[in-house]
Amino acid sequence: MEACTEDERVKLLGWLRSPYVTRVRIALALKGIQYQFIEDDAENKSQLLLRSNPVHKKVPVLIHNGKIVCESMIIVQYIDETWDTKAPNLVPKDPYDRAIARFWAAFVDDKLAPSIWGVLMAQGEKQQKAVEESLANFLLLDDALRASSCSGNAYFGGVEIGFADIALGGLLVTIKAIQKVTNTVLMDPQKMPHLCAWIDRFSEIDLVKGILPDPVKVLERVSYLRAKFTSAMAGN
Amino acid sequence: METCAEEVQVKLLGGRSSPFVLRVRIALALKGIHCEHIEETMNPKSELLLKSNPVHKKIPVLVHNGKPICESMIIVQYIDETWDTRAPFLMPKDPYDRAIARFWAAFIDDKLLPCIRAVFTGQGEQCQKAVEETVANFPILEEALRTNLCFLGEAYFGGDGIGFVDIALGGKLAFVNALEKATDSVLIDAEKMPLLSVWMDRFCEADGVKEVMPDPVKLVEFICATRVKFASLPAAN
Repeated sequence: MEACTEDERVKLLGWLRSPYVTRVRIALALKGIQYQFIEDDAENKSQLLLRSNPVHKKVPVLIHNGKIVCESMIIVQYIDETWDTKAPNLVPKDPYDRAIARFWAAFVDDKLAPSIWGVLMAQGEKQQKAVEESLANFLLLDDALRASSCSGNAYFGGVEIGFADIALGGLLVTIKAIQKVTNTVLMDPQKMPHLCAWIDRFSEIDLVKGILPDPVKVLERVSYLRAKFTSAMAGN
Repeated sequence: METCAEEVQVKLLGGRSSPFVLRVRIALALKGIHCEHIEETMNPKSELLLKSNPVHKKIPVLVHNGKPICESMIIVQYIDETWDTRAPFLMPKDPYDRAIARFWAAFIDDKLLPCIRAVFTGQGEQCQKAVEETVANFPILEEALRTNLCFLGEAYFGGDGIGFVDIALGGKLAFVNALEKATDSVLIDAEKMPLLSVWMDRFCEADGVKEVMPDPVKLVEFICATRVKFASLPAAN
């Protein structure tokens, strides 16, 4: 069910530097869906945000014809299913391929992201442990991409970017900022050649290039979070 | 695409005490899918498990026609999508209703389950704190039952019949009840959460579910024994 009027009633609530908002912006752009972006403030969340997502109070929030959808990868699936006749398919059609796509997206959210944030928000031994976990997680992703490329796929699920690619791709600028701020190498080209080739390929897609957040702004935010953490530690 | 031949090739690697395995067993039972159950003791982890789920090395794993599928709610969706002409339909058809179902299943997995796990593994004060967090999260589900238009007035989160969210929560239920007994705590207070309590009774009595629910007495024994083991481990960071 899609018409120009559908698109006019699409709103996305968030802030541009958020990796999770980036995921949804990529999905909307891939499907060519027009929408209104409503900028919110992480330090001063709006009433609209708090009302729209009372359970988590987080961005992104998609509002479509007044209906509210929360959680980035749930929003991406919603976009794919609502605009299901608009190419590209973000989620594969085959149930097994879908399960694999969902598996890797869940891996990014449940294992990778916590380990990376763990590198930023820790020091000493705890940080070292988080670095090791992040490396192990990236190696698993590298291996998955190696297996994909053996099947002739440039991306996780296929020859074009899809669900799992969006899940990881949204985080790229943030991961690079965390590496810089903590002086760590988590995405290692020597140990993870397939992952790093995927990163280059993904980042060079015109549509993606236009959406990935400004690395300067992301770096500012990540530095701020790190400084906040270290001064809290020093205060204790 | 479903025939008896399909089902012969369905295997579930799991354990009787696992709430995550239970979710999948419920989905298979509801759809009337026969499968070979392979008991995984997890100690040590079998070659089959390590080969089928090398990333997480966890149960459940569904093996269908030789292909492994991991993560309980991903398996439930796979079952629903593969046996897509066989009722009941575990996921709604409408994209918005699907988003709502996924949201609440994710809430159960990301917010509720970690608290429940902390009650299971924690001792003394840690356990008490985890009980408080769990008790703070269940009312959010009660509120959803009370106010969300998708659930209002329905027998289950899934509507007339058991659906995705019911399975996500219900798989944990037997475990929560046993955990309450084992830790002498109240996690679902019938007075404060009347809708959830009614839902619980209805769910446990439902066809397809009651046949696969684990023996409550054995589950309490298992939890008590495992908590003793946790208590003897060095404190985690």
